[in-house]
Amino acid sequence: MKLATARMSRAAPGRLGPVWTFLFRYGPPRWTEYVLRNWSGQRLVIAVPYLWLLVFFLVPFLIVLKISFAEFSPLGRPPYEPVFQWLEEGALQIKLLIGSYVYLFNEPLYVSSWIYSVKVALISTLLCLCLGYPMAYAIARATPTYRNVFLMLVILPFWTSFLLRVYAWIGLLKTDGVINNFLLWLGIIDEPMSMLYTSFAVYIGIVYSYLPFMILPLYSNLEKHDNTLLEAASDLGAGPIKSFMRITLPLSFPGIVAGSLLVFIPAVGEYVIPSLLGRTDQLMVAKLLSDEFFLNRDWPKASAVAIAMLMLLVVPIMIFQHFQNKELQANRR
Amino acid sequence: MTSRGLFSKSMLGFGFVFLYVPILSMIFYSFNNSRLVTVWDSANSPTLKWYARLFDDSQVLSAAWLSIQVAAMTATGAVILGTLAGLVLSRFGPFKGRAFLQGLTTAPLVMPEVITGLSMLLLFVTLEQLLNAAFGWQFDRGVMTITIAHITFTMAYVTVVVQSRLASFDDSLEEAALDLGARPARVFFRITVPLILPAILSGWLLAFTLSWDDLVVTQFVSGPGSNTLPMVIFSRVRLGVSPVVNALATIMVLIVALGVILSAILMRRQEQRRKREEQMAASG
Repeated sequence: MKLATARMSRAAPGRLGPVWTFLFRYGPPRWTEYVLRNWSGQRLVIAVPYLWLLVFFLVPFLIVLKISFAEFSPLGRPPYEPVFQWLEEGALQIKLLIGSYVYLFNEPLYVSSWIYSVKVALISTLLCLCLGYPMAYAIARATPTYRNVFLMLVILPFWTSFLLRVYAWIGLLKTDGVINNFLLWLGIIDEPMSMLYTSFAVYIGIVYSYLPFMILPLYSNLEKHDNTLLEAASDLGAGPIKSFMRITLPLSFPGIVAGSLLVFIPAVGEYVIPSLLGRTDQLMVAKLLSDEFFLNRDWPKASAVAIAMLMLLVVPIMIFQHFQNKELQANRR
Repeated sequence: MTSRGLFSKSMLGFGFVFLYVPILSMIFYSFNNSRLVTVWDSANSPTLKWYARLFDDSQVLSAAWLSIQVAAMTATGAVILGTLAGLVLSRFGPFKGRAFLQGLTTAPLVMPEVITGLSMLLLFVTLEQLLNAAFGWQFDRGVMTITIAHITFTMAYVTVVVQSRLASFDDSLEEAALDLGARPARVFFRITVPLILPAILSGWLLAFTLSWDDLVVTQFVSGPGSNTLPMVIFSRVRLGVSPVVNALATIMVLIVALGVILSAILMRRQEQRRKREEQMAASG
C-alpha cells in the first residue's frame, strides 16, 4: 500500500495529475459518502450496466477513432502523438492525419475488397432470403406440434459451434470431398469440380451459418398473419400467387427487413468463413483489417478500416435498431 | 393453395437436408481410419482411433479447459449485467439517457466481430499504459481480458432475452409487493427474479455458448499462452481437414443434442404438471 502511494505521488505531475489531486482532496470516504447519500438505489442499478458499456464498448470506439488519425510507427504500439494539444500560446491544436483514410480509398487492393465484401454480403443475403422465406412460411403454416419440432431443428445448429459448422463444409466441398465423390460415383461429372476456395463456397458458408437469423424473424412475422385476409382474397377470386403477392408479401415486409439485415451486417464483416472457405487472391474487409493489424502492425490503418466499415454499416444498423425497438414496443402492448 | 404449400414444404425439407448433412457427414467421417478424412478406408473403418488421439492431445484438452473457465465466468458476468440492463430498460420508466442505453445494449448484437475485437484490444493497451504510468501496475492480456471482452458482447443477448421476458408480463405483482411494504431489493429477489428465471437461465446458456464459440474477438484480446479451444481448432483446420477435429466436433454435437433433448423433456414435463394442476384447480 505504501509502495503504491509513493509511486502515485511520483506520477502525480504526469498526465493523471489533476485526477489524483481531486481524489486526494475529496478522498475516498468523502465521495463514497456523497454517492451513497445522493444516489438512490435505482440510480446505482442504472449506473452499473451503463458504466460497463461506456467503458468497455463506447470508449474503445473513441480510441479506435483517435488512433485512425495517427501516424504509422513501425513499432506498432502507441503512444501516438495526441490529437489535441495545448500550444504554448494557449491555443488548442487539433492534428488529424487523414493519410490512412486517403490510402483506404485509393489503394486498388482496398477498393476491390470493399466492393467484393458488399457483393458477397448482398448475394448471400439474397440466397438466404430465397431459402429462408419458404422455410419460415412452411413452419408458420404447420400444425403446432410440428411447428415446435421444426423450430427446434432450425435453432439446434445455432447451439453447436459456428467454427465447426464452417469446418464441416471443407470436407464436403474439397476436391476429394464428399460432394465430388458422390457426383463422380453417380456419374454426373467425369472429373472433380473445384468448389473450395471460391466465392461460391463463401456464399454457401454464409447462408448455412446465418440461416436461423433469417428464418426466426420471418417466422415470428408470418405466424401473426390473419388467415381471414387470404380467405377473403380467395373468395373474391384472387389466385394463390396473386393473394401471396398482394397480401402475404407486403405484410411480411418488416420480417424480411429484419432477417436480411441480421444476415447482411455480419456478412460484410465476416472473417472466419472467407478465411476457411474463400478465395485466397481476393480478401474481404475483415481479413484485410486483421492482416493490417497482425502482419503489418499498422494500427492506424487497421483502425481506419474499422471506422470506415462502421460508417458503411451505420445505416443498416440504425434501420435494424428502429425495427427492433418497434418490435419490443409491439410486444409490450 | 396446394401448389404453394407443396413448394414451401419441399423447400423446408431441402433446408433441413442443407442444415444437417454437413454435421452428419462430419460425424460419419470421424470414424474413418484414413487421414484424408473424406476418402473412406473401408478395410480399417469404422475405428475409434481419432477419439483416442483426441484424449491424448494435451493442447486440445488444456484449451478446452481454458474455454470452459472463460465461458462460465463470462456467462455469469453477462447474466448479472444483462439482467440489470434489461430490468432498467423495461421497468425504470423514462430516465435521462434511456434511449442511449438501449442503443448501447443492442449495438453489440450487430457489430462485426473484427471491430469489437480491435477496439477492445486498443482499450486494453491504453489501460495498460495508463495503469503503468500511474501506479506502475502491469497486467498481461489473458483470461481476464478475454472474459471482459466476452461479457461485453454477450450481455447484449442476455439483455434482449430478459427485456422481452419482462415485457411479456406487467409489473402488478411487483407493485403489490411494494405496496405491502417490501423493499425494492427484496421485491427484485423474491418476485422479479423467480418470474424471469427461465430467461435468466437461457441467457446464461446463450452467453456460455457464444463465449465458448468465439474466435475473432478472442484472437485480438488474448495474450501469448492463452489459447482457447476455437483458436486451437482454427489453427488446425486453416490448412484443410483434420480427423481429430472431426472427433472433437462429434463429441460437441452429441453434448448439445443431449442437452436440447433433456431440456425438451423437462419442459414437456413441466407443461404436463401445469395442465394437471389447472385441471385440479378447475375441478376442486
